[in-house]
Amino acid sequence: MDWTDTLAELIRRTTSDLPADAEAALRRAADVESPDSQAALILHALAENIVLARQQSTPLCQDTGTLTFFWEVPPGTDTVALEQAARDAVARATRNGWLRRNTIDTLTGRSVDSNVAEGCPVCHFEQRAADGEGSCKTPRSMGVPPMKHGQDARATPVRKGFCKSPEDHAAGIEVWLLQKGGGSENMSRQFSLPDETLGAGRDLEGVRRCLLHAVWQTQGFGCAPGVLGVCIGADRAEGFLVAKRQLLRSLDDAAPEPELAALERRVLEEANALGIGPMGMGGTTTLLGVKIAARTRLPASYFVTVAYLCWACRRRGLRVSSDGSLHWLN
Amino acid sequence: MITLDHPFTETAVRVLRAGEAVRVSGRVCTGRDRLHKHLAEGGACPAELRDGALFHCGPVVVPLSPDPSQPSDERVGWRVVAAGPTTSIREEPYMARVIEQFGVRVVIGKGGMGEATRAACARFGCVYLQAVGGAAALIAQRIKRVAQVHFLEEFGATEALWELDVEGLEAVVGIDASGRSLYDEVRDASAVRLRRLLG
Repeated sequence: MDWTDTLAELIRRTTSDLPADAEAALRRAADVESPDSQAALILHALAENIVLARQQSTPLCQDTGTLTFFWEVPPGTDTVALEQAARDAVARATRNGWLRRNTIDTLTGRSVDSNVAEGCPVCHFEQRAADGEGSCKTPRSMGVPPMKHGQDARATPVRKGFCKSPEDHAAGIEVWLLQKGGGSENMSRQFSLPDETLGAGRDLEGVRRCLLHAVWQTQGFGCAPGVLGVCIGADRAEGFLVAKRQLLRSLDDAAPEPELAALERRVLEEANALGIGPMGMGGTTTLLGVKIAARTRLPASYFVTVAYLCWACRRRGLRVSSDGSLHWLN
Repeated sequence: MITLDHPFTETAVRVLRAGEAVRVSGRVCTGRDRLHKHLAEGGACPAELRDGALFHCGPVVVPLSPDPSQPSDERVGWRVVAAGPTTSIREEPYMARVIEQFGVRVVIGKGGMGEATRAACARFGCVYLQAVGGAAALIAQRIKRVAQVHFLEEFGATEALWELDVEGLEAVVGIDASGRSLYDEVRDASAVRLRRLLG
């Protein structure tokens, strides 16, 4: 198997083929808005755009975003080779018009036309333990499989994806790609509690106040309807990474902790009652999902970190088993 | 559906009302952060913006020449693969001056703009149109031709000024020339609801 070919195909799918859960959520939203509203007009245009991009293999959005690869690999994997394959795949995808020339040298202001530079694309590697248990980062190993509303997350066993056995799970390589555009990244933010101006203390009520305030501040600037990936706790840097990882979760799942699952549902409902709507032009669809994770914190710190994702939830995953067979994960 | 054809007259623009859906046809120039800064700081514009449209957009383009290793050249042909609006509020520090000095009649973008742009639209007869954010495949279909490109080497493909000929580009009037901004109304109404939710 050629990793550059495989990753180029992963990029093609991610950039042009919106996952089914996001498309279904947008179509449901289009039906809820009143028929002649700007919100309905915008949501129907998005639905048309999704079909068109998929048919043509062209980018869903011209901002093809920061490419972040989340890898989960068995011990002894040559991660340098995988990272090089990712870089080669990005250069090829750019030549094919699947990615915009989207990389600027910050000092000279010149375009880096290949989209390949130091630390670009971003690769995060996690080594899986030898017993096949993941390091709790990618959706499948987070213990958060897709589930129906109302289902108790703790009663659902952790899925092993498409693995034939624990041994196969331990030996396979899983990779998820997130393409997150700059307009939405500009709307990501971090709060440090307590925050007097928001009346937000160090508890879940304080977190709720931060999240609703963040949605209000964002208005339509981040291409609403969006998704909030949230981390409570951790330090500042880890907070942003954990928040971003939540954006890999299915829109249909819920946090395994009942109190976080309840907060996810409540903030989603309340944010949609603000009336901001698609692109900030009014309407009942401001968010498509809220995904919250908690981490430990230092006694002195209480961060609430929000990664805002636009409606274009460009995330795709694949798994290569120990026998070399390839499975798409969404 | 109201049609707006280039060149855009002050009369055609002044009758538009916030919330109305329009279709834009004719010449549209793209411009993002680099171009706005350049123009607002007194730089010359190689394209005619008077009675024209400025589209906040950095398109995905591929050269029509099949050999991608050839050096880029402002005269070779291009095809737009994907093109949607970028967040307009970043241009707020420059927009009013660009509208005034270059006679722009139509600004196309997403997310809305601030007080200075709203005032400039009313004073000079300009409208701000909301295109569908992220609908890049759909909007690319409305682009019939790349007429010319400027600043390609200096700004790069994404920030360059692309002169595009469009047909039936769908948009909604977000800020009209009477001084009404839908975004201001949504922001203020949502602030009231937020206060109610937070108690």
